Amino acid sequence: MHDLDRIIRRGRRNDRLFNVLGATLAVVCLTVLGVLVAQLLIAGIPRIDWQFLTSFPSRKAARAGALSAWVGSLLVMLITASTAIPLGIAAGIYLEEYARKNWFTNLIEINIANLAGVPSIIYGLMALGLLVYQFRLGQSILTAGLTLGFLILPVVIVATRESLRAIPQYMREAAYALGATRLQVVRHHLLPYSAGGIATGVIIAMSRAIGETAPLVTIGALTYIAFLPPAPFSPLPAGPDGASPGMYGPFAWIMSPFTVLPIQMFAWVSRPSSPGNDFAPNAAAAGVILIVFTLGLNAAAIFVRQRVRRRVKW
Amino acid sequence: MTRMSSGPRTWLTSLALLAGVMAGPAHAVAQDKVVKIDGSSTVYPITEAVAEEFQSESKGSIKVTVGISGTGGGFKKFCRGELDISNASRPIKKEEIEECAKNGIEYIELPIAFDALTVVINKQNTWAANMTVAELKKLWEPEAQGKITKWNQINPAWPDAKIDLFGAGTDSGTFEYFTEAVVGKAKSSRGDYTASEDDNTLVKGVEGSRNALGYFGMAYYLTHKDKLAAVSVAWDKNKATKDPVAPNAENVINGSYAPLSRPLFIYVNKKSLETRPEVKQFAKFYLDNIKSLVEEVNYVPLPDEAYTAVRARFEKQQTGSVFGGEGAIGVKIEDILKRETK
Repeated sequence: MHDLDRIIRRGRRNDRLFNVLGATLAVVCLTVLGVLVAQLLIAGIPRIDWQFLTSFPSRKAARAGALSAWVGSLLVMLITASTAIPLGIAAGIYLEEYARKNWFTNLIEINIANLAGVPSIIYGLMALGLLVYQFRLGQSILTAGLTLGFLILPVVIVATRESLRAIPQYMREAAYALGATRLQVVRHHLLPYSAGGIATGVIIAMSRAIGETAPLVTIGALTYIAFLPPAPFSPLPAGPDGASPGMYGPFAWIMSPFTVLPIQMFAWVSRPSSPGNDFAPNAAAAGVILIVFTLGLNAAAIFVRQRVRRRVKW
Repeated sequence: MTRMSSGPRTWLTSLALLAGVMAGPAHAVAQDKVVKIDGSSTVYPITEAVAEEFQSESKGSIKVTVGISGTGGGFKKFCRGELDISNASRPIKKEEIEECAKNGIEYIELPIAFDALTVVINKQNTWAANMTVAELKKLWEPEAQGKITKWNQINPAWPDAKIDLFGAGTDSGTFEYFTEAVVGKAKSSRGDYTASEDDNTLVKGVEGSRNALGYFGMAYYLTHKDKLAAVSVAWDKNKATKDPVAPNAENVINGSYAPLSRPLFIYVNKKSLETRPEVKQFAKFYLDNIKSLVEEVNYVPLPDEAYTAVRARFEKQQTGSVFGGEGAIGVKIEDILKRETK
């Protein structure tokens, strides 16, 4: 009896200790994050105004802006999202619901898991050789978007598979029992039920992609670029004879040269500043925009998850 | 049955779409006037300033892009014919000359400004205001690693205190230049020092330690003069004087600040110049406005007569390099001019 008491007391004490330890670590982590973000906000927010958002880079810090960088980031992410998300989800569904389990799918599975851990610079080198030189896509938004797409594809596939695996087997069996085809099961049941989990995985992946610099520098992202990619159906520049040569196609922008926020930020941090021409606030302001983009993506994911959660009950 | 007929049609549609995406933009890009520049990050601030002025002048009708792949990376792209202009912090090397020749790329070599490296010490350092290149070599050569760690090992008159070393990151042109000028072999350096591509880090490091020594571009030193002291450098092979020479604009121009000052270049692709009026327009604008912009971004401009000679060389479209693949260290601007006029 006495022994049992002691064991219980010790168990409770350890429990409390672990609780305190966990709470302390959580506070430490959040404090570090909070201080970093606060520092960035304090340095950056006063610099963000209409001028900063609508100006191109300049040698004068006060005249410089992040227009080409944030537009570039946005467009690259658009390409990344529109390639990696459908491909990743489709691949995840195939591997989880359709593929037979054999040595070949095992091999694919192992490779996908490993690919998720490959350093991003490797993707940059692969893209330089394959996309830039082999397929001649140039140092364009398309190349950058596809490169980041490759980078996050494994993450999207893994997230999709995990979410599908979390759906109880009897949901599938019930649907099949009612005569549903495989496609119907996927479309009417599996996809809606797993949408929340998939969305979370997609957002984590996109948040990683938006901060990437190394692979984009490798494929030839620029530092100084003072024009935007052509908008769909905007007029082409007039020829030497002054005749109107027509307009850009709807997808002309994907072949345009570009820069992105992290690269612009790095250029500002690393370039010499002199008194009265200090680029540090510019870098902080670009950082704030990057954080706003990331938080925007997260908000979208939370929205999707909440909506789906309300609908799905089993 | 329905599935079988819809399959191929969907495929054809998506293929057609894909073809449209591929063909459309290629056509549009050909019509765009873009001047493509890449290369040295040392030259970047100058070219950026010119590009900025040029674009506001031409009201955006001609686009200019500038990257920072480094001098070597820039020449690689340049000799593949991907660039109109290559920024370079050293003359083109033999291998690069051969690569360009192999691909039929002809170029015009234009010196545009001076860059000078400055060896900096802490403001409280009273002993090392003058150093010889031999002393710097003793400190920075690879053999010094782990051995030369105190000031009195370089010169017995100096204090018995540990030296904190700061220097350029190994990918930078500054590193390549400093090692070639001081140690005698490019990229040959001790490794046990704080290396950073970010000059800010170096300034802070030297500022924070009484026994520190570091090196970086003179442009950067001039804007942080209040925080650091500069070392005057004596060189026994210096043709102007054997005395220590201070790093300043005058000494760079008259060639006496050797071996730590160097000319910077742009290389213009001759074919781009001949076939694309926008490239010619930009290059001309570059040379017309270079002097004031160079001063504004804290580099040292060439003397006026040098710019006149450079412009003449551009008008004549004289191709090739006057350095024949050799380095430009310790070469006076007068000598470069003489070589150019022959």
